Amino acid sequence: MGPGWRRALPGLITVAVVVAVAVLAYNLNPDDTTPVANRVFRDAPVLVLAALCGLVGERTGIVNIGIEGQLLMSAFTGFYVAAATGNIWVGVLAGVASGAVLGLFLALCAVTWQIDQIIAGTVINIFVIGITSFLYTQGKRSPGGLDPIELPWLSDLPFAGPALFRSTPIAYLSIILVFVLHIALFHTRWGLRSRSVGEHPSAADTVGISVAGYRYLNTALAGGLAGLGGAFLSLESVGTFERNMTANRGFTALAIMIFGRWRPLLAWAGALFFALTSALASQLQFNQVIDVPPQFINILPFVLVLAVLAVFAGSVRPPAAAGQPYVKE
Amino acid sequence: MRLSARVESVILPIAAVLIALAIGAVLIALDGASPWTAYTALLDGSVGGPDSIARTLERATPLIFTGLAVIVGMKAGLFNIGAQGQLLTGAVFAAWVGYRFSLPAIVHVPLAIVVGGLCGLLPAALAGVLKAYRGAHEVITTIMLNAILVSLTEWIVGARGPFHDPDAGAISRTPLVRETADIPRIDVYPLGFFLGVLVAFAIWFLFGRTTTGFKLTTVGQNKFAAEYGGISAARITVLAMALSGFLAGVGGSIETLGVFGRFESGRNVGLGFDGITVALLARIHPLLAIPSALLLGVLRAGQTQMAFESKVAPEIIDVILAIILLLVCAPIVVRWILRLRKGTTGAESLQLTSGWGAS
Repeated sequence: MGPGWRRALPGLITVAVVVAVAVLAYNLNPDDTTPVANRVFRDAPVLVLAALCGLVGERTGIVNIGIEGQLLMSAFTGFYVAAATGNIWVGVLAGVASGAVLGLFLALCAVTWQIDQIIAGTVINIFVIGITSFLYTQGKRSPGGLDPIELPWLSDLPFAGPALFRSTPIAYLSIILVFVLHIALFHTRWGLRSRSVGEHPSAADTVGISVAGYRYLNTALAGGLAGLGGAFLSLESVGTFERNMTANRGFTALAIMIFGRWRPLLAWAGALFFALTSALASQLQFNQVIDVPPQFINILPFVLVLAVLAVFAGSVRPPAAAGQPYVKE
Repeated sequence: MRLSARVESVILPIAAVLIALAIGAVLIALDGASPWTAYTALLDGSVGGPDSIARTLERATPLIFTGLAVIVGMKAGLFNIGAQGQLLTGAVFAAWVGYRFSLPAIVHVPLAIVVGGLCGLLPAALAGVLKAYRGAHEVITTIMLNAILVSLTEWIVGARGPFHDPDAGAISRTPLVRETADIPRIDVYPLGFFLGVLVAFAIWFLFGRTTTGFKLTTVGQNKFAAEYGGISAARITVLAMALSGFLAGVGGSIETLGVFGRFESGRNVGLGFDGITVALLARIHPLLAIPSALLLGVLRAGQTQMAFESKVAPEIIDVILAIILLLVCAPIVVRWILRLRKGTTGAESLQLTSGWGAS
């Protein structure tokens, strides 16, 4: 096996185990697995889009702790713009735009002002919590979710079929974006240049690549991805906006990004794995298979993040220049 | 105009606060309320009389502690954004020691404070260990621990939890602590605040005058140089997180024993993030944490009365605080507004991003 395969092995094993368990469980009781599958494919798009946001930023050398804030801001603008205009697509676009604006702001802080990137991201998070809580008004209604698109034949597949292939456009788009970004990062000029800026900015600069330009562009694009995730969260996944509704998804996404070794396909597997774990936990509790306080179920995804970081964080290598401001010599 | 670094380090934070208040006034006006009514109510509610001042000191007390917790971390190059969870843990266990045991006050109060501090220390030290030995970045681990600890404290004082007040029904809270565990007041003023001031001086002494403080800052400035000089960066990382969590836990204990008299779920919220604002407004100087915490205490103490009298949403204070935080982190914006040139020294922005990996 080549090194690429070996690096991908933990992710592939995870996917294989998950699929095996899912198929087995489906044959035992579809009444249990269908809600689990539904929940997985309702939760995963937000996580994977947020993880892609972190990944694109870090591949270019910008650590983005502000994903949580980008998700929350775009969930907010997406929902209220959709409610005000009555058009859900306008809401989605507004969500993407607000995510991108916060991405540009992060680039402004990190590239132009050279503020510590982690502090800048934290500032974004705190700012968004403040402004969305202040502007929050109760009783607004969105014009409903987008219509699901059913793919014939595929939607009859067991377990994941009905949940995955009867998804809404943004959920499909999130999967398409995983593959697009994989190709873009590893097989296009943009990807090679972006990665060179994230690994060795002075070398990139020497051959005439604009480090600042790529960092601005990619952080904005990444913000747009988080924006899409946030809009999906409020408009599709939950159907309304609540204060602090992102509930640490942005930070979970960072763990997924690390787990996925800054590779889009592995990040997607990681997002599915996380979504599956929390869906299984709540289904187990719903069926009263386990009788524990709900708080114990609520903390499971976060315990999982800690466990994943404890196991993987030390053994993976982030882009070399992630977090470092680049000063031209 | 060009100012010396020292003068600038005083002027920039003050300017940041004033600019944020001005932007806040605009937002209040846009919200259909009167900024004048709002701000006078804010001042009346926070410094308008002995009771108001006591409330400001009460609000400032946990912020001194969470502010110091963030400062200690940052001095060692770590960003503890989990002070909230550590404070909650301390607050719960201080309440438990306070109501469960019967002891003379001279033992009871210190014991409850120390137990609370240690309970704040544990999760933070765990984050430190994960950082030092497993390469897991403390920003993610502490925020995850936050979420975990918020849930667990909710459970432990909830109807099915072991610390639940049997008379509280559906309310998630502990019983009242015994009288011997109460932190007394001087007249109406909470003694806890003055403890906070003492601790700020102690931390200042630690960093200015002791070997441990020197090791902490050395690791914060250059981990590799520290290792070369024979300091174990891993151990210092755990120590810094432990001390940081201990301070947050003590803050929670004092809040329980000196203000509320018990732990009730949902009361001590937002103190961790406000601690970040305190630390950065103080430019991570332990003594400046005192005035910074007082300023935030004023805003928090007057928040309710301001919202009540001017009908503006109370969350405007969160917006103002976020703008303050933004402006102290981006001094370039304040300079531009004040038409100042860059100060004589470039040492203004704090670099602590240490990547995700093990290195």
